[in-house]
Amino acid sequence: MADIRNNFVGIKSPNPFWLASAPPTDKAYNVIRAFKAGWGGVVWKTLGEEGPPVVNVNGPRYGAIWGADRRLLGLNNIELITDRDLQVNLREIKQVKMDWPDRAIVVSLMVPCEEHAWKAILPVVEETGADGIELNFGCPHGMSERGMGAAVGQVPEYIEMVVRWCKANTRMPVITKLTPNITDIRKPARAALSGGTDAVSLINTINSITGVNLDNFAPEPTIDGKGSHGGYCGPAVKPIAMNMVAEIARDPETHGLPISGIGGITTWRDAAEFMALGAGNVQVCTAAMTYGFKIVQEMIAGLENWMDEKGHASLDDIVGRATPNVTDWQYLNLNYIAKAHIDQDACIKCGRCHIACEDTSHQAITSMVDGVRHFEVIEAECVGCNLCVNVCPVENCITMEPLAVGVMDQRTGKPVSPIYANWTTHPNNPMAKVAAE
Amino acid sequence: MPEGQFKQGIAGGRLSPEQYADNFADLHPPLDHHEALVESDRCYFCYDAPCMNACPTSIDIPLFIRQISTGNPIGSAKTIFDQNILGGMCARVCPTETLCEEVCVREVAEGKPVQIGRLQRYATDVAMAENKQFYKRPEPTGKTVAVVGAGPAGLAAAHRLARYGHEVTILEARPKAGGLNEYGIAAYKSVDNFAQAEVDYVTSIGGIDIQNGKALGRDYQLSDLTRNYDAVFLGMGLAGVNALRADGEEAQGVTNAVEFIAELRQASDLASLPVGRRVVVIGGGMTAIDAAVQSKLLGAEEVTICYRRGPEHMNASEFEQDLAAANGVIIRHWLQPKRVIADGGKVSAIELEYTAMDGDRLVGTGERLTLTADQVFKAIGQSFVPAALNGSGALLDLEAGRIKVDAEGRTSLPNVWAGGDCIFGGDDLTVSAVAQGRDAAESIHRALTSNGRA
Repeated sequence: MADIRNNFVGIKSPNPFWLASAPPTDKAYNVIRAFKAGWGGVVWKTLGEEGPPVVNVNGPRYGAIWGADRRLLGLNNIELITDRDLQVNLREIKQVKMDWPDRAIVVSLMVPCEEHAWKAILPVVEETGADGIELNFGCPHGMSERGMGAAVGQVPEYIEMVVRWCKANTRMPVITKLTPNITDIRKPARAALSGGTDAVSLINTINSITGVNLDNFAPEPTIDGKGSHGGYCGPAVKPIAMNMVAEIARDPETHGLPISGIGGITTWRDAAEFMALGAGNVQVCTAAMTYGFKIVQEMIAGLENWMDEKGHASLDDIVGRATPNVTDWQYLNLNYIAKAHIDQDACIKCGRCHIACEDTSHQAITSMVDGVRHFEVIEAECVGCNLCVNVCPVENCITMEPLAVGVMDQRTGKPVSPIYANWTTHPNNPMAKVAAE
Repeated sequence: MPEGQFKQGIAGGRLSPEQYADNFADLHPPLDHHEALVESDRCYFCYDAPCMNACPTSIDIPLFIRQISTGNPIGSAKTIFDQNILGGMCARVCPTETLCEEVCVREVAEGKPVQIGRLQRYATDVAMAENKQFYKRPEPTGKTVAVVGAGPAGLAAAHRLARYGHEVTILEARPKAGGLNEYGIAAYKSVDNFAQAEVDYVTSIGGIDIQNGKALGRDYQLSDLTRNYDAVFLGMGLAGVNALRADGEEAQGVTNAVEFIAELRQASDLASLPVGRRVVVIGGGMTAIDAAVQSKLLGAEEVTICYRRGPEHMNASEFEQDLAAANGVIIRHWLQPKRVIADGGKVSAIELEYTAMDGDRLVGTGERLTLTADQVFKAIGQSFVPAALNGSGALLDLEAGRIKVDAEGRTSLPNVWAGGDCIFGGDDLTVSAVAQGRDAAESIHRALTSNGRA
């Protein structure tokens, strides 16, 4: 049986599934329910400084996009950090940690960008017995207008400064949560590392408008006829988040920096993919908000079964395994040649591969052969682009088949070369490095 | 005295009012908004879609389904009506399982086609509920066209002609328009008086005058029409019913299935409609199924369809055969009627002979079977009655007993077109009648306007 116990920067949990800092982790009631359901840990919803709590809007806080059967594909929110009294939160954190010592409790924090504010809150959090802190440098709405959240996360120098303050003023591990609302995710990660962070977590939510009401022309979610960009999350953001995780994992400057992966994780497979790209554990929110806490049971069993099937004994066997395979375009082997192949037994003759190729690509799939509706690849035209595979509604009906070395590529009239060759040495590249004599 | 289902002979009031209402409720209840979205999302939007090619009216099915899925049911309805102005009725009565849905790639892939018929009904229902009119009659051309028969072919022809500005007069023998949509469809396929609502929707374009109670050959002659109108379209359907060719078929209780179906559709109180306790239906088509199922639903205790060939030869689709079976109708094959046995002039049993194929020929085996029956329905096909055409001066050419037309619907007489069940070569489907009426109207328009130019 695979061992899925997790040790993330010294914080131990029975599995790598944590609930992200968000509405599901705002109070003891929810967190206890999550632990009963089996979650390995939580990042308690962001605490602010002592004083009158923040206030939230009293209209819709969430917007969404759906598939045809109302399957929630993407969610956004304009909720702020916790709007509960600091002392109440601290008391509850302490009690829950006492009652659930084997689970991870990390406390998310966001206070003004001044050292005294951080110095004030760190000891009171430490006193709860929490396992660590997560710095919320990602919240894209509301708090950022007040110089916190993403407003800090978008300025690497601020990140480094605040991380340094935290490391200097607490013994707790520091996880720096990054905003994706930035051009190059490696910059804030490098800054956090320079400040001494123990780990980064990403992504926070993405600035978004989920829809526009076409009756009153108001963006959604709509508060009294107006809307504001909210933070986008859920299955739709997963590919964006995975790329950012991979960028940090493979960046020579941050390589090895622990990453807590976040962004649209809904199933065990999503989690395994994040971890393969370099995440040491994962955080989940939207899936729990859509289906309830029970989903963790599927995630635990699914991850274990897959690891057993593949012979992976522990999480160390899978974390980062895909990272070395993420590279720059210029290093892709241009001598690798694949052609689409349509399995005629599986083909249901919808013709989507044909029309996609005919209208928008390379005219490499027939629609009629000898007067009969028939879809097959014209190898002399196929560039191996994979569009037909992606639009085909039947799984594994169209596959990309690599041409073996020496086989004639009917499109170019040349045999497949055995040599790896990329753009850096390609004759068409004016910047090509001249091969050594 | 035995009551209800066990009343002897042909009797009404076999069921409770609630049972009648339940039994004759919509066979395929309409999809609600969400169901329509989910179902429309199943469509793959095929290239050169097989469903579209299988539709006799060539409705752009992938497009209308996509319009439903994008929240545009009105646009969807227009896509349907552009090709088939009776798209609402066709959505209800088309044997989709042998047309569009049979070739749906999802039927091929997983045995569950996109429910094209029900989606078509969803879109057309939305448009008709809003009385959304997509077509405007242009300035009248001054050309007049007579249409014989207000059935699917005649209505489709009339609408298309009205769209071009021609003046159309429909002459209909029955008291109501609609043809088989009104008189020949099982009640549970067309609830809430849909056929008349559709006639109103179609004719609201204007320029279509329907005159009821006007029968060709009785009230006027074809020569009157060719003399008084610029063009004539014949869409009068089939008036004749094939005989059983069994001894004693004149006995009381032997009825034409089409008349029973028509009577049922017109009945305001189903309890008043008498039906036998033990019913035998002779035939293998849709009419046989409709008569048998409805007999059962009216409370007949035992209903048996006897067909002289095997299940694979039945004109009724597999779906229809299953529908009959699900309603408790027994379908027996390889039996042909030989003798109606009467008791006091009333049918009491029917004697049948087993059949078999002898090479290509169907032959009786000599073995007989007697089924107790107090009602026998004849559903062995209808025939065209050419007598109505007499008095037209020149006679129309027929082929195999029906009117001969060319690819555009032109008959052998100048300025006379025909379509629907009365022509040779059709498949006796509502949707085909619509296609023939529409296409004949296009041909008429070309003829009246020197190739489409007014």
